[in-house]
Amino acid sequence: MKIVVCIKQVPDTSEVKLDSKTGRLMREGVPSIINPDDKSGIEAALRIKEETGGSVAVVSMGPPQADFALREALAMGCDEAYLITAKEFAGSDTFATAKILAGALGKIGFDLIITGRQAIDGDTAQVGPQIAENLNIPQVSYVEDIEVNGCALTVKRQFEDRYHILEVKTPCLLTALSELAPPRYMHVRGTVEAYEKEVQTLGFEDLAGTFDPSCIGLAGSPTSVYKSFGKKPKGAGEMHKNLSADEAVSLIISKMAERHII
Amino acid sequence: MSSDIYVAVEQRDGEIARVSLELIGEAKRLASELGQKAYAMLLGDNIKGKAKELIEYGADGVIFVEDPMLAEYATEPYAKAVSAVINECSPEIVLFGATSIGRDLAPRVAARVGTGLTADCTRLDLDFSNYVEYASKNTNLDTSALAPGDADAGLMQTRPAFGGNIMATILCKTRPQMASVRPGVMKMAERDAARVGEIREMNVGFSPEDMNVAIKEVVRETHKTTDIADAKCLVSGGRGIGGPEFFGKLKELAELLGGDFSSSRANVDAGWAPKDRQVGQTGKTVRPELYLACGISGAIQHVAGMEGSDFIIAINKNEDAAIFEVADLGIVGDVRAIVPKLIEAVAKYKAKAEGIMKGDTDAIQDF
Repeated sequence: MKIVVCIKQVPDTSEVKLDSKTGRLMREGVPSIINPDDKSGIEAALRIKEETGGSVAVVSMGPPQADFALREALAMGCDEAYLITAKEFAGSDTFATAKILAGALGKIGFDLIITGRQAIDGDTAQVGPQIAENLNIPQVSYVEDIEVNGCALTVKRQFEDRYHILEVKTPCLLTALSELAPPRYMHVRGTVEAYEKEVQTLGFEDLAGTFDPSCIGLAGSPTSVYKSFGKKPKGAGEMHKNLSADEAVSLIISKMAERHII
Repeated sequence: MSSDIYVAVEQRDGEIARVSLELIGEAKRLASELGQKAYAMLLGDNIKGKAKELIEYGADGVIFVEDPMLAEYATEPYAKAVSAVINECSPEIVLFGATSIGRDLAPRVAARVGTGLTADCTRLDLDFSNYVEYASKNTNLDTSALAPGDADAGLMQTRPAFGGNIMATILCKTRPQMASVRPGVMKMAERDAARVGEIREMNVGFSPEDMNVAIKEVVRETHKTTDIADAKCLVSGGRGIGGPEFFGKLKELAELLGGDFSSSRANVDAGWAPKDRQVGQTGKTVRPELYLACGISGAIQHVAGMEGSDFIIAINKNEDAAIFEVADLGIVGDVRAIVPKLIEAVAKYKAKAEGIMKGDTDAIQDF
C-alpha cells in the first residue's frame, strides 16, 4: 500500500507568549515543530508499513523552511518527501490549500492519505476533508485506530459521545487524532539518512494542470483575514493574598450567597 | 441571488444537539438584521417529528431530508443532502456546530459547493457598529482605523487562532458564507410552543453507492454523556490540586453546588481527568454562572475556554498566576486546605437555608 501523509510545520503555540503591553504575539524563539496530529499520522503510516509492507511518502506545503519538518519525517522512517512550495501558493486559505495539495497528491499517487485532524496554529480541521472532496474519495475524520485488511481498512472514528467502527476501502483519506499513534523518536541512523535522502520540490509549474490556477493563492481564496487582534485583559477583580483558609472560605461563601449561587 | 440563514442541524439518535438550538437562536438574530429568514436543515431517518421543536426555538422554516442512510452520521450521505439543499435554496449564510460531526461535514460541503468556510467561530456580526463596539470594548484592535466601506463586508466571522493567543475576523467573498460555531458560545432563544413555520421535505435522490463507508459498530460511551458546557456551575482542577484523587473533593463540592467538575488540559494529559472534562482551546468552551478555578495557572488556552463565565473565583498558591487576571475573586492560598473547608461550609449553609424554608426557627436565628 502506498501511504502519503500530509504534514504541516507549525510554531509550537504552547510556547507563544503575548506581549501584555502591545497585545502582539511574541514569535521570536518559538520553535517550529511538526504539527502533533500530523506526527501521529506519520507514526500510524509507519506502523502499517511495518506490518503490511508498502511505502510511506510525506508531503508538506509551505515555505522552504518546511524542508526541516520533512527531514524529521524522513528520519522517523518515511521513504520519500515532497515539499510543495511556490510564491503563487502563498496566502492560500484552506479551500485553496486543499486544491493545491489534491493536485500534488494526484501526481504523487496514493492508496491511502493520512492528514492530522487539525493544525495547532489554525485549528480549522478543514484541509483533510477538502482534499478528499477534491480527489473524490471517501474520508474518515477523528481516527483513533486503523487496522488493514487487504485493500479495506477498519477504523475507529471518535465522536463526543460514541465511536464508530467503520470499514472503508482504499483509496481514501483519514484524519488522525494525536491519540492514534504516539510518535517514535528519530533514530541516529535515520537522522543521518534523512540528510542523504532527497526532498523533492514541487512548484507551480510542476503542478500545472492539476488545479485551476484561479482557485489558489491569496486571490483564489474565498476567505480572507479582515483583522486580527488580541483580547483586552478583563479588568481584574478583587484579590486577597493573606487570608487564612477559614477567612477565604467565609469570603467565598458570602460572594456565592450574594450572587444567589447557593 | 442568495438570501436567508440556514443551520445544518445535528441530531444523534433522533435528539437535537444543543448547539443546533443555539445556532437557530443566532440565525434568527442575524436573519432579523438582514430582514430575511432563518431555516433549519434537519437530516435523519424518521426525523420529521423533530421539525416542530426547531420552529419553537426560532426557525422560520424547516427543510428535512429522511433516509435510513442518515440514521447514524456518515460523511457522504450528509454532505450530499446538505449540498443539495444549498444548491436549491442559495442561502446567504450556512451555520454548522463545530463538533466532531460539523467539523467533518462543513469542509466537505464547502469544497463541494465551492465556497469559503470559517471554523470554530465564537462571534458573528452583520451589523458593523456592533462589531466596532465589541472590538473597542473587548480587544486591542484600533477601531478608529477601520474604513467606512468595511460596513458592507458581509458576515464578520470572529474566531480564536494560534491556540487562542489571538483572535481573527474572517470575511468570505463567495456565497454562501459558511461558518462552524463552537458549542456554548451562542445563546439559545426561549422556546415558544406557539411559533409556527413551514415544514418541507426535500428529496435528495440517494443511491446505494453514497454510503461509501460501512458502519460496522456504533458504541455509545455513556460515561461521556456529561457535557460540562451544560453545567451552571463548574469546579475545575489544575495541577495545583496535587493529585488525581483530589478530583473526588472537587466533585463533591460541585455536586453540593448543583454543578459539575472540569479540568485543565495538564490534568487531562496526565490522565487525572477524562478528556471530555477539559476546558479550553482544545477542550470545551464553557460559560457557567460560577467557575471555580482550583490550582489552575490560567494558560491562554485555558482562559479562552472559560473567560465568558459569569463569575470566576480562582484559588492558587502562586500570586502571579495568570488566572488572577480574569478572576472576579482571587484567593492566594492552598486549594488542598481551602476546598475541604469550603465543602463543609457550603453543606452547612445549604442545610440552614433549607431549614429556613421549612420554618426551622433555630436555623433562622442562627442564619
